[in-house]
Amino acid sequence: MSSLQSDHYPRAVNVDLQTDATLQVDISDALSERDKVKFTVHTKSTLPNFKQNEFSVVRQHEEFIWLHDSFVENEDYAGYIIPPAPPRPDFDASREKLQKLGEGEGSMTKEEFTKMKQELEAEYLAIFKKTVAMHEVFLCRVAAHPVLRKDLNFHVFLEYNQDLSVRGKNKKEKLEDFFKNVVKSADGVLVAGVKDVDDFFEHEKTFLLEYHNRVKDASAKSDRMIRSHKNAADDINRIASSLYSLGTQDSTDVCKYEHTHKIEARVAADEDLKLADLLKYYLRESQAAKDLLYRRSRSLVDYENANKALDKARAKNRDVLQAETSQQLCCHKFEKISESAKQELIDFKTRRVAAFRKNLVELAELELKHAKVKGLVTVRSR
Amino acid sequence: MADTARDPPPESTDFQELEDGEDLFPEPAATQESGPASLPAEDISTNSNGPKQDSLFDDDPEDLFAEATEEVSLDSPERDVLLSDGPSPAITPITPPTSVITPRIGLAHDDMFTHSSFDEIEEEEGGDSFDIHIAVSDPEKVGDGMNAYMAYKVTTKTSLSLFKTDEFSVKRRFSDFLGLHSKLASKYLHIGYIVPPAPEKSIVGMTKVKVGKEDQSSNEFVEKRRSALERYLMRTVKHPILLKDPDVLQFLESSELPRAVSTQALSSAGLLRMVNKAADAVNKMTIKMNESDAWFEEKQQHFENLDVQLRKLHASVESLVCHRKELSVNTAQFAKSAAMLGNSEDHTALSRALSQLAEVEEKIDQLHQDQANADFYLFSELLGDYVRLITAVKGVFDHRMKTWQKWQDSQLLLQKKREAEAKLQFTNKPDKLQQAKDEIKELEGKVQQGERDFEQISKTIRKEVSRFEKERVKDFKTIIIKYLESLVQTQQQLIKYWEAFLPEAKAIS
Repeated sequence: MSSLQSDHYPRAVNVDLQTDATLQVDISDALSERDKVKFTVHTKSTLPNFKQNEFSVVRQHEEFIWLHDSFVENEDYAGYIIPPAPPRPDFDASREKLQKLGEGEGSMTKEEFTKMKQELEAEYLAIFKKTVAMHEVFLCRVAAHPVLRKDLNFHVFLEYNQDLSVRGKNKKEKLEDFFKNVVKSADGVLVAGVKDVDDFFEHEKTFLLEYHNRVKDASAKSDRMIRSHKNAADDINRIASSLYSLGTQDSTDVCKYEHTHKIEARVAADEDLKLADLLKYYLRESQAAKDLLYRRSRSLVDYENANKALDKARAKNRDVLQAETSQQLCCHKFEKISESAKQELIDFKTRRVAAFRKNLVELAELELKHAKVKGLVTVRSR
Repeated sequence: MADTARDPPPESTDFQELEDGEDLFPEPAATQESGPASLPAEDISTNSNGPKQDSLFDDDPEDLFAEATEEVSLDSPERDVLLSDGPSPAITPITPPTSVITPRIGLAHDDMFTHSSFDEIEEEEGGDSFDIHIAVSDPEKVGDGMNAYMAYKVTTKTSLSLFKTDEFSVKRRFSDFLGLHSKLASKYLHIGYIVPPAPEKSIVGMTKVKVGKEDQSSNEFVEKRRSALERYLMRTVKHPILLKDPDVLQFLESSELPRAVSTQALSSAGLLRMVNKAADAVNKMTIKMNESDAWFEEKQQHFENLDVQLRKLHASVESLVCHRKELSVNTAQFAKSAAMLGNSEDHTALSRALSQLAEVEEKIDQLHQDQANADFYLFSELLGDYVRLITAVKGVFDHRMKTWQKWQDSQLLLQKKREAEAKLQFTNKPDKLQQAKDEIKELEGKVQQGERDFEQISKTIRKEVSRFEKERVKDFKTIIIKYLESLVQTQQQLIKYWEAFLPEAKAIS
């Protein structure tokens, strides 16, 4: 249906990432078809692992999810914050609106129709851009991560120019996932009760829990606020077109109220981008960070259990060797996770602060710009 | 009901019939100067003679004032001439005046349908500096329980010499306004004047107020009503004919007013009105008028279109007000949420920035709220008024049709009688013949009157419509300008807030 060149769209909107010449990934193009979106993933790399220095492949959303899940299931990556998966492209609401508009074409004037059509198309385009950005951010995060960028699945994802044949999960698998999640959260509660010796982690645990909840709340509220704003902007649009037709009907010179509308709509859209998306992204990231902490706590519990088992074995003088190996494994795993987790969490904070700063500054600047323009327009059209 | 105990008869019962008779205000300047000087208020004695018809056709202001000594009682025969369609039900009969009231300027007590009057009104409008301002304020709850009502203070400030003083105020309640409107409507609507409709009744709103709920919604309701009443009065006095109507003057000036009982929702008069309305609607469908005047056809179409568009616009504006209020609520909630987030953030600068963001959003929410109020009071209410006004305009057009119908009917009847007379000529019944001839003469008179009525109402409507359109354009322009000004202010406030926030955001390191 529509294609998009994403170079004009600022990349990595929500996160602050180091761009590294050894591996640069971006989404150079995207095509929206009836029920799926095809992303053109473009890679530039000087790494020896790849056959070429620059190449592109076409990927769909399910393949991104496959990549993400492969990270999550990989035990070696237990100590890292796995970049959150991009949300599924959702054009249903927009498509519905366009359809309704098409059906109601007869009941409104030609100008109204063209106007509304432009509106809806702009909305569709905005959603489209956003989903492209989300997918790009995911890939960039992976590419920027010192360990994850070396992942084999990632390289396959980037390079293999055939369909990866990753079918979406069928019902049975989705059900399995659901149960896995239930078990995990129950376990998480148990594990969370374990007091951590390390102050850093203890502090992080409390902080992340609270932060995650508050980000969730802020994200929901900002969504509602922006939706109201959009509704108000839509109303202003309708009023503007009514006033306009009133003006053509008789000799009153009615002012260009519609400019105000366009600007209100832009304000709502920008708020959406800078504020709501930011919050949504950090909602997902904080969840990923929580998951990391969970894995660490889990491994700590395993370690402690292994210790207990070892003590028991030593006391009974049975399977001591086995218990020792398993204890050592657990210890090693735990220490590895702890070490990388500490670094990850520190990085997370840095990234978070930088992203918030960038977005808040941009938000303020945009709001100022719009308010000034709105003021000018209203003065001019008096 | 407690408030039936008003003193009968109210003081200001001397209704002077102010017709569009002669040139009442040749120039406003002249009246102003001659006004105070020549008002022999003190010397007026109670005379309840009928007016001296012949001497009232003077243009000389001095003489007009001399005539001011004459007072007319309501039961004078001249009054009946005016009420062509039956008596006005709401005006309670008044006993002869017991005291002196301000002399009314211009007692031209004439047949309302003289053509000369309109030309003079035009002159008057040309040079008129409309100088009257009415404020409705201080809503006060009087009484208790279901018998309670809100009393509003109606203050008039004017330099028109039509009134006794420059500034005066009275207390009125909502049913008084409705009573005024029904009196004016019965007097003027059927001859083609666009009488501004009164604000609507609201049983729910009023009940809440009566019951004594001191909450936001009942305050809003009272404020809405107060503002609507003010607009209604201003619109009524802007109309040059209505301004001089004695009912209007009495309403504005006299401290006591007979209770308008026929305006109650569940009264016999109310039911009668509803039945009449239904009958009218049926009649309208059956009248097929031969429109000889393209102007009327065009204007009627124009008003139909205007009606549809205004209703649509009104609906959109109401929706906007609703969404703005929603936006304000959601922004407040977001502000709280952002503050919480700022609290839990352990990076100090970011935490402070987030708290600042929360404050900004809170202020913005207040802005949205104010904007919503502006939207509402300026825009939405005006649109509502105009939707109702257009209904009144359409009503006036309908009256014209009815007048035409009457004329046609009497013409048909005349024809029939003439045919009958012709037949009678050949029979030998002299007295029947005479009777027929008399009837024909009477009918001829009626037909002529009908034609005159029709022409008159057409002329009136033309004038009224052009006045209405001018007013409408002016009203809309004023409102839109005021609205845009409020928008500009909002934007400036927004700029201030975000400019204050920006350095905080930049300070995050």
